[in-house]
Amino acid sequence: MYQLDTDTSKVILSLLSILLLIVPLISGVFTTIHFYNSYEFTELMLAQPLRRETVFLAQYIAVASSLCVAFVVGVGFPTLIYGVNSSSLTLLYTGLMLTLVFVSLAFLVAVLTRDKAKAIGVTLLVWFFFSLIYDAILLWVVYAFGEYPLDKTLLVLVSLNPVDLARILMILKLDISALMGYTGALYKDFFGNYSGMLFSTSILLVWILVPVWIALRVFKKKDI
Amino acid sequence: MNCLTIHRGLLLLLLSILVPLQMEANIIEVKATSGKSISGAIATAKDGDTIKVYPGIYKEANMVITKSLYILGIDHPVLDGELKHEIFTIAASDVIIEGFKIINTGRSSMEDKAAIKCLDANNIIIRNNILHHTFFGIHISNSSGIIIECNYLLTYGAHEYEHGNGIHLWKCTDAYLQGNVIEGHRDGIYFEFVTKSKIINNISRKNKRYGLHFMFSHDDEYYHNSFINNGAGVAVMYTTNVTMRYNKFEENWGSSSYGMLLKDIRDSHVEFNTFSSNTTGIYMEGTSRTLFHKNEFRENGYAVKLMASCDDNVFSKNNFKGNTFDISTNGKTILNTLEHNYWDKYQGYDRDRNGIGDVPYRPVSLFSMIVEQVPPAMILWRSFFVMILDRAEKSLPVVTPENLKDLSPKMKSYDLHS
Repeated sequence: MYQLDTDTSKVILSLLSILLLIVPLISGVFTTIHFYNSYEFTELMLAQPLRRETVFLAQYIAVASSLCVAFVVGVGFPTLIYGVNSSSLTLLYTGLMLTLVFVSLAFLVAVLTRDKAKAIGVTLLVWFFFSLIYDAILLWVVYAFGEYPLDKTLLVLVSLNPVDLARILMILKLDISALMGYTGALYKDFFGNYSGMLFSTSILLVWILVPVWIALRVFKKKDI
Repeated sequence: MNCLTIHRGLLLLLLSILVPLQMEANIIEVKATSGKSISGAIATAKDGDTIKVYPGIYKEANMVITKSLYILGIDHPVLDGELKHEIFTIAASDVIIEGFKIINTGRSSMEDKAAIKCLDANNIIIRNNILHHTFFGIHISNSSGIIIECNYLLTYGAHEYEHGNGIHLWKCTDAYLQGNVIEGHRDGIYFEFVTKSKIINNISRKNKRYGLHFMFSHDDEYYHNSFINNGAGVAVMYTTNVTMRYNKFEENWGSSSYGMLLKDIRDSHVEFNTFSSNTTGIYMEGTSRTLFHKNEFRENGYAVKLMASCDDNVFSKNNFKGNTFDISTNGKTILNTLEHNYWDKYQGYDRDRNGIGDVPYRPVSLFSMIVEQVPPAMILWRSFFVMILDRAEKSLPVVTPENLKDLSPKMKSYDLHS
């Protein structure tokens, strides 16, 4: 893609759509499939004198790190080779965060379900919800309550969706002139500085850690 | 200082008026050390005399010039208004003021205090001055044949009300502004009832309100000016027959900031200009019969906001590149023409290979109309859902205006020297 177009910001733009759609999908589905494919191996490991936490976390780290490495090799290296700037770094950062978030969510889904097909279905639903349905609902909210000052409310609602959060971090870099109009200034003030960065990072970390933690609790008690 | 040479023709004309006078003219010299004052020199001088002012700091103010004089500062002598006074007031014809550094004029919105003020004056040249921390910089009313050339006007302060305009012209004809740099004022260049004037090669930046602001100023021409990073961009109103070519409108950011705001402009030409990184490139309201030709719109939030009150405008052969939204509008009836433009978002094909896309391009996206109605919706931009909505609307327009389209979109961008 970098060779097709001389304008790097346009390439980043296309990568963004891939990032927001494909990355969560692949990470989620791959994780679920992996979990069920190595189910027997997990059983075997649990028969050993190992703590369940260790086994679970080892699996989590293995999957997460391999997907992150895949992302860095696939998207990271080309972007870095063809020009490092703030938007490509943000792209990399949000991509990694999204990968981790969806690995966590998929693990949670996997431990909560009993069979593979169901787990994949639910993971797909989660993905579908966050990348499509949530935004549709948001748009409906915006339309329905357009008369009211919505800025702050939207800010909160958007923060609740990791995909949206990643997207906003990116458009703050890419479409800054459009955002500067209207309510954009508010978002920029909020997300554009270090505390905003810290805020969004912590929200994403919550999205990573909380599902893993719940999944771990479930896994410990689960009747394998 | 190549700007001095460019308009030599006009200068020569003026000099030819002045030179015969100067044959018998005296040269009066003023030095800070000799105790002579500039106002004293002005009082004793006769029509056609030259007053040479040597370097130094002169705390003289409210000098009223009622004779044809050439007042020349050597190496920019400083005239200090001590934040109380005005400096020069010209109420005569054939006056040249050149080479001064004027600082700290008084501030008053009641009297419009200015560094150099002209009232009912003709054939005035104001050249090569540095105006620093002035309220109004150059304030001219009811005059004709004004040349304002190569001045540097800089002021600072946080608020709009703390400043006057940089170059302020009211009811003038045949003004000629060239090579001025204006920074930090309320409006960089302000024209009201100024006709048949030329504005060339000026830079107006970081002004608190508008870089250029004119009203009722017909038959003016603007070439090669730059309007950068002004509080609200450029606003031009109630005017016919304006020509703007090769200007740059850049980095005007904010919800009510425009690269250029056109309100009730008719029969004008906007050609070869560059609009880049503005929140809105051009905002048009009540504008008609205006030609937009070979402009470059680059990385703006909205390239053009075309309100439904505009008619008979033609956009032809412009480049639209990297804008978030190309065109947005607020109505369904569109009476303007788009033709032969290059749109980087165009996804059509060119089967007969004539360089023109075979399917029309619709520059208004559904989402831009949503944002127009509910601005906070902007937060959903670039989400998958919005992408789907836009696609659906593109293939079967329901909400977006059906007839706002470019029937002959170019496949390749124009090479517009930028």
